[in-house]
Amino acid sequence: MTATGQAQRHRPPGTTGPGALRCTGLRYSFGSTRAVDGVDLDVRPGEVFGLLGPNGAGKTTAIRVITTLLPVPAGMVEVFGHDCARERMAVRRLLGYVPQQLSADSGLTGRENVALFARVFDIPRRERADRVDAVLAAVGLTESADRLAGTYSGGMVRRLELAQALVSAPRLLILDEPTIGLDPIARTSVWEHITRVRVATGMTVLVTTHYMDEAEQYCDRVALMHRGRIRAVGTPEELRTGLGRAALAAGQTAADPSAAEPSATGPTVTEPTGPAGPTGPTATAPTLEDVFRHYAGSGLDGRESTEDGGDFSDVRRTRRTASRVG
Amino acid sequence: MSAVPAAPRPASADRGPAGTVPADSASDRASLLLVPPQPRRGWRMVVNRMLAMCLVELQKLRHDRTELYTRAVQPALWLLIFGETFTRLRAIPTGDVPYLDYLAPGIIAQSAMFIAIFYGIMIIWERDSGVLTKLLVTPTPRSALVTGKAFAAGVKALIQAVVVLLIAAALGVSLSWNPLDLAGVAVVVVLGSAFFSCLSVSIAGIVLTRDRLMGIGQAITMPLFFASNALYPVALMPGWLQAVSKGNPLSYEVDALRGLLLGTPAHLGLDLAVLVFAALAGIGAASALMGRLAR
Repeated sequence: MTATGQAQRHRPPGTTGPGALRCTGLRYSFGSTRAVDGVDLDVRPGEVFGLLGPNGAGKTTAIRVITTLLPVPAGMVEVFGHDCARERMAVRRLLGYVPQQLSADSGLTGRENVALFARVFDIPRRERADRVDAVLAAVGLTESADRLAGTYSGGMVRRLELAQALVSAPRLLILDEPTIGLDPIARTSVWEHITRVRVATGMTVLVTTHYMDEAEQYCDRVALMHRGRIRAVGTPEELRTGLGRAALAAGQTAADPSAAEPSATGPTVTEPTGPAGPTGPTATAPTLEDVFRHYAGSGLDGRESTEDGGDFSDVRRTRRTASRVG
Repeated sequence: MSAVPAAPRPASADRGPAGTVPADSASDRASLLLVPPQPRRGWRMVVNRMLAMCLVELQKLRHDRTELYTRAVQPALWLLIFGETFTRLRAIPTGDVPYLDYLAPGIIAQSAMFIAIFYGIMIIWERDSGVLTKLLVTPTPRSALVTGKAFAAGVKALIQAVVVLLIAAALGVSLSWNPLDLAGVAVVVVLGSAFFSCLSVSIAGIVLTRDRLMGIGQAITMPLFFASNALYPVALMPGWLQAVSKGNPLSYEVDALRGLLLGTPAHLGLDLAVLVFAALAGIGAASALMGRLAR
């Protein structure tokens, strides 16, 4: 059987099976600070779903709840039908997780780092070495597998973490800001490997990022998150088109205020808080940044969102750097 | 989803070996990564996690033995300077046993404790670097993870104990080389280290930072050491210190080590029972506090 065929078999039966991830009214507070405030999410099996938002939007907290690191009441989060509160072990067996920090153990070689995760996921000894080799090859680290991870570059560490997450054949791969701090070349390389493995295995990918270009390019659907809430959900195209329509309608608002409502076929939108006029889309085609600015009410300079510790200035810095590097 | 960009990019250390992701036989390799493993459950899972954590410690020591050498200095100094001097002074009554011999098991226990008591710093480092977070997302109950870490600390301490044993033997300490006695020594050292490492992880779960843990670790190691029978018989201590010594697991560890290595009268059954109980209690406390490190 081909890998694609096996991937299809491995994949749950499409729309009739449970969703890959379902969050219902997800809330989480740190003391008096509400980091996640009533998030509803439905990630479909096999898709690449992006959770977008500035620093402090609540993305990482949501991820930590989904990965069972933070406790939530039963019924709020389900992974492939398993409740994150009641069936933690079952949920963890379905997950591959890459945290935000570059987290390989620098005192071990790349191969040993991956083998540790092969062991703790109960991969039998007879197939452990083959699996470790296969996953290292899948992320392009075969040649440097026996070097200490402390000698790896940032992009290599990220690919090593990807190998650690993939060695157990997860059904849901969760990547928390997988390309943060990487140069543009390394970012592209990491995404190439994610894409290739995803295509080969058919696994679902949930990724958080504040790089809008990555979301546009690699995600099937995205959710825009701001101040602990989901502001809009849809494909990048839907979101852009929806904003285009909203902007067009904004010009007619004086005549007919209901014209600014998103269309029925467009993205799911909750509480647009930003003005579509001055900070809305430019005369050219709107980007996801424009969409975010429209729904969240904060611009790329992050003036407003800075109150919550979040801003997009790093996005602009990265873009400037990327354009310099070419 | 958009396709991968087609434009050629310059080579980078962060790219795959040939500058692109190898396409040939990628699907064959990937097929190996489609089948999730069968989970282990119960004690087999705990043993599996313990072995995995212990192996990691051994692999790290294989790559970098600096810690092994530097940590051997202090026990060597204790035996060479303190031991030799007090053997000549005969200031501490130890019966028929030369003081250096009497001291050697105490120094083995002390060096093992010093390693274990700072194990929490490694846990905090793993937490800060994201390694612990990833382990906590694996299908490993926190108690199994803590047990694995505790015995990994025991393995590290055991290697240290071997080094101290060799130094003691080189200094002429007459030790038992009976394999059963040595196996007993290994069990005692691992159990003692499991307790002290869990104590350290528990403190780490409370204080959450390396600096604080370092301060607390330094504050408690010497009192634990001096309030035990490692340096002198308990009978020489004032009454209040004797009471403290009786509640100190290090005293039971030293007592067992002396009995096994020197053949002096010991309460091996009681010593092992106390060490097992202490290790289990430590694992319980550290598991309960591990959740704070996950947040």
